[in-house]
Amino acid sequence: MTEPPDARSGPSPPLALLEVSADGGAILRLAGTWRLDQALPLAEDLLARLATLPGPKVLTFDCSDLIDWDSGLVAYLVAVMSQLRGWAGQGAPDLDQTGLPEGVRGLLNLAFAVPERAGDRRGKADESFLEEVGAEALGLVRSTGEIMAFLGEVVLSLRRLIQGRAGLRRADFLLVLQQAGAEALPIVSLVSFLVGMIFGYIGVQQLAQFGARVYVASLVGLAMTIQIGALVTAIVLSGRTGAAYAAQIGTMQVNEEIDALRTLGISPMDFLVLPRMLALILMTPLLAVYADLMGILGGAFVGILVGELTPTEYFTQTQATVGWNHIIQGIVSAAVYGAIVAVSGCLRGMQCGRSAAAVGQATTSAVVTAIVAIVIAAAVLTVIFNALGLQ
Amino acid sequence: MTRPPREVQIRLEGVTLGYGGFIVQRDLSFSIFRGDVFIIMGGSGCGKSTVMRSLIGLLEPMSGRILYGGVSLWEADPAGRNRMMRRNGVMYQSGALWSSMTLLENVALPLEQYTTLSPRQVREVAAYKLALVGLAGFDEHYPAEISGGMQKRVGVARAMALDPDTLFFDEPSAGLDPLSARLLDDLILELRDGLGTTMVVVTHDLASLFAIGDDAVFLDSGTRTMLATGNPRALRDGCPDPRVRRFLSRGEPTHAKAPDDQGRAAP
Repeated sequence: MTEPPDARSGPSPPLALLEVSADGGAILRLAGTWRLDQALPLAEDLLARLATLPGPKVLTFDCSDLIDWDSGLVAYLVAVMSQLRGWAGQGAPDLDQTGLPEGVRGLLNLAFAVPERAGDRRGKADESFLEEVGAEALGLVRSTGEIMAFLGEVVLSLRRLIQGRAGLRRADFLLVLQQAGAEALPIVSLVSFLVGMIFGYIGVQQLAQFGARVYVASLVGLAMTIQIGALVTAIVLSGRTGAAYAAQIGTMQVNEEIDALRTLGISPMDFLVLPRMLALILMTPLLAVYADLMGILGGAFVGILVGELTPTEYFTQTQATVGWNHIIQGIVSAAVYGAIVAVSGCLRGMQCGRSAAAVGQATTSAVVTAIVAIVIAAAVLTVIFNALGLQ
Repeated sequence: MTRPPREVQIRLEGVTLGYGGFIVQRDLSFSIFRGDVFIIMGGSGCGKSTVMRSLIGLLEPMSGRILYGGVSLWEADPAGRNRMMRRNGVMYQSGALWSSMTLLENVALPLEQYTTLSPRQVREVAAYKLALVGLAGFDEHYPAEISGGMQKRVGVARAMALDPDTLFFDEPSAGLDPLSARLLDDLILELRDGLGTTMVVVTHDLASLFAIGDDAVFLDSGTRTMLATGNPRALRDGCPDPRVRRFLSRGEPTHAKAPDDQGRAAP
């Protein structure tokens, strides 16, 4: 173990041997290749050994067998030395660094040159379960408050719009209208057509058992117009448009663009949130009606091909079942969902922190918030429509 | 250096700033005089930008008052504060141009919002402001299509759109090559001389702050408060506080009377 290492026989393992010298001091022999790609000795092992020694006065270093070193050695020594500083007054040995290579000494001086400032180190989050529950509960109260404050600002902004003081830019509004509406048509078509087909399949299979295949048209028509058309549209828009709003406004937050608006006295609510909200409140019902139609077409596709109905049978049955009251329910729901998607996208964007990771979180959170709120709203609306006798 | 009638533009009285429970700077009291180039300086992370954010109305102080011509910014009602904020122009560190608008639209937006000019006049004024910062002909470019130095110049043009009383600059030379930084410094001086605008510049770029600064405040991150105010050159040569002298001389021993700080001879 102590024989001179041979550089030609490949890297020899790094060693740290602690010996007691004749005068009662301790010598740390560092040997071998101390590089980060080697399995390095642990600082704790050395400290544990050092603690068992009968209080050496001085710790010296012997590096005559050291072949090569990099940050691995320096980090090891820094760990040892900062631990020893903690022992101060409890028999910690003085360090005699003369035995270390000159480069290592320089780097060690550098590492200890700027003392750690009191208060700079953050304690690792080591909270008890109860503390975490408490923090979460307080966070919930705070975030509810934030959502309420945001909704309040939206209302104030709407009032300014009605009074004609909101400074809404026509060009901006038309652009978001186009992005939220017309550009969403292909994906809404595809998804609602497929959902209509799925309903059609399930309906045909079940109803054929009673010889009541024609009622598949009623099933698809009612489901799409009352709820599913609006729901599918809203969920597509929350992934497509709500997420885009959160990312866009969040990035503006990171780039200080929102600050630039504020310092010019331009309210970000009026300038960014209001046009997006109005666009979605207008566009979601239109897209939902279109989705109803595509869903009915999807159902008809299955009903005619698989259910062996004639087109006339299918559409007459649809006409006979679906009434205005059903379509209006869908339109009202869609307007509510559109507002939810816009508010959650803009809210998470405005709350965004000032880093790239925060933009990602804002986007995810916008979609999650929107979908949860949409499902809750769907349930509440169903109850309300029932109470109103619309069904 | 000191123009005789020194009129106070902005005054801070015992301002303490922080986020949450964490104090960034405490007990700041100093005055910014009309027509000066005022430097807010200090090491990285000492809270220079935080001080600027409170001056421009983005961060409410935990205590103390910020007075614009005798009126307290944070005690005013929101509408009044909005009016006071509009008398300021701000150039943000990264430019903070609205990325979905062309350069001309960026400069034109404040004019559209707060003037009764016709759309044609707005375009003319905005084009003139762009020309002032040396970017004539870039009207229809988008912010992502021009260099960082140019973005900062557009940031200046937008900040100047409403002919503000005070212009704030957050680290104007950060990320710029020496020549572009110099051009921006010259622009600051020319605008001050031409329009009489008060300039408040947050920077730690020594070359720049000696070149343009009339007056300055030095913020320290260790004690979390201000250590000195005065002309940057005078502070470098004669500030009683060795920390300020060290900073302003890049840590080299100063030639001032500083017995505690003269270990080695100057090279």
